[in-house]
Amino acid sequence: MAEIRNYTMNFGPQHPAAHGVLRLVLELDGEVVQRADPHIGLLHRATEKLAEYKTYIQSVPYMDRLDYVSMMCNEHAYVMAIEKLLQLEVPLRAQYIRVMFDEITRILNHLLWLGAHALDVGAMTVFLYAFRDREDLMDCYEAVSGARLHAAYYRPGGVYRDLPESMPQYKASKIHDEKSTRVLNENRRGSLLDFIEDFTNRFPTYVDEYETLLTDNRIWKQRLVGIGVVSPERAKALGFTGPMLRGSGVEWDLRKKQPYEVYDRIDFDIPVGVNGDCYDRYLVRIEEFRQSNRIIKQCVDWLRKNPGPVITDNHKVAPPARVEMKQNMEELIHHFKLFTEGFHVPPGETYAAIEHPKGEFGIYLVSDGANMPYRLKIRAPGFAHLAALDEMARGHMIADVVAIIGTQDIVFGEIDR
Amino acid sequence: MSSSRLETLSFCLQNVLADKLVTTSERLGELTISVRQADLLWTMETLRDHPELDFEMLIDLCGMDYSTYGAEFGSTSDRTNKRFAAIYHLLSIRHNHRLRIRIFADDDEFPVLDSVINIWPSVNWFEREAFDLYGIVFTGHPDLRRILTDYGFIGSPFRKDFPLSGNVEMRYDPDQQRVIYQPVSIEPRQIIPRVIREEHYGESE
Repeated sequence: MAEIRNYTMNFGPQHPAAHGVLRLVLELDGEVVQRADPHIGLLHRATEKLAEYKTYIQSVPYMDRLDYVSMMCNEHAYVMAIEKLLQLEVPLRAQYIRVMFDEITRILNHLLWLGAHALDVGAMTVFLYAFRDREDLMDCYEAVSGARLHAAYYRPGGVYRDLPESMPQYKASKIHDEKSTRVLNENRRGSLLDFIEDFTNRFPTYVDEYETLLTDNRIWKQRLVGIGVVSPERAKALGFTGPMLRGSGVEWDLRKKQPYEVYDRIDFDIPVGVNGDCYDRYLVRIEEFRQSNRIIKQCVDWLRKNPGPVITDNHKVAPPARVEMKQNMEELIHHFKLFTEGFHVPPGETYAAIEHPKGEFGIYLVSDGANMPYRLKIRAPGFAHLAALDEMARGHMIADVVAIIGTQDIVFGEIDR
Repeated sequence: MSSSRLETLSFCLQNVLADKLVTTSERLGELTISVRQADLLWTMETLRDHPELDFEMLIDLCGMDYSTYGAEFGSTSDRTNKRFAAIYHLLSIRHNHRLRIRIFADDDEFPVLDSVINIWPSVNWFEREAFDLYGIVFTGHPDLRRILTDYGFIGSPFRKDFPLSGNVEMRYDPDQQRVIYQPVSIEPRQIIPRVIREEHYGESE
């Protein structure tokens, strides 16, 4: 009889289901995975090392490029770490804006995850639907920061500027005539808050649409139920956080358990899974859509009623207003110092973590009193999740590996850093 | 974390770890302890298994090179003069506690620490990362390979004496018809110098 041997297969880095640049070496027995060895680092840019040679403000845009589908959340952890070391008070309005944009970011991230996950498993439509809604939210990003992806909107001490009173408008073009442009601009007549409120009213229906497409879909369930099961004990031991941990039934959410900003004033629930398989993690994230929507609504309400400053008036950290800078010597000096030398952070170390859409995203910041960090360590949730891929994929088919990569919500910007 | 809960935790640590504890410091609502390299495994196991501590999750392990810490300002640091350390961030879900542990490697030339992979499997890639970037060796790790850098990379890129631009660059060589490595051609430059100001700098009288 012929000798039967395991063979190894190379999956990626150029594979549409590898979510970027994952190279996966699979050891197979027939079609059953015996060992999965992810090779990462193909997107390694040494962000942490670069940050050691940049002032604190210069590193903010680098944070966007970590997890490039949830940009503002990365910035959030970074500025929180700086604020903690500086012991800086952030204006309440800025805190609400941050919470609102964190949740917008969570929806953005989960939409991409949902679309990509469904696409990997074979459902094309969800991807198109998800991008329709991402479009609206990226317009919010654009309205507030000028950039659709890499916003650099959160700054140490608050946010870059207040919410705008008008939304960018569509203009008539070859594709859209005058009349259809008017329809497109229908919900853009008011301020950004009006636009966001309109979105939150529409969004629950959208989530229902996704659920109609997937939740009871026979093929979707066949592909996800019972795949990649992780017990609660194992999930903790493997360092899972976020929806991956909650999918296994552990009720742990930093927004509730170690609240930061104004999450303790906001009413929302934490969804928890039961079986710890891919399908439960899908359900958890779907429910997070609805909860995020709820949080955004509350923030919009509050922000309408309470105008105020959005960045600290400590000009050693945040730049003075442009007009002031041009008229006042003192402010000019502040401006000059801030954008040449940068501010100094007192010596010490801190760890600031937020509930990122993917899990616990932490920044460990060590300062020796200079205008640049001595060491910046980024704790990326996806790093711990991908490390567990081997254990999750063992004994499953190749097609299930794709489902597991999908459920882990892998983004290489943060894993490779 | 509130200060009373931090005190309880700190008190509990003092009881349990007793003389194994080298330093304890509490700042910005965070507790940092350090133990000797030889006590690493025992301490970590106790931290996980003791019912009042119960640190069931290892959130992060971070390699560290202290060689130029505070160097711009005549070194006022109160640290030991050892160079490499591993910093562990632990989390207890049951008690909602966080803890940071710093362990210095005794040998600066060849830093070696015990691997805690049998205590928390999540440390696997974090140790590989610290090994890759700082050259800290974790004994007992079953698969200590480079993780983030290129196949065949030489050096420990995150050490303070490793240049930001690296040592080699890669290009396609049309003559040899393959990708080759050559010494970097970029001039090192830093537009904004790293400075540490004296205390009370820039404050008006």
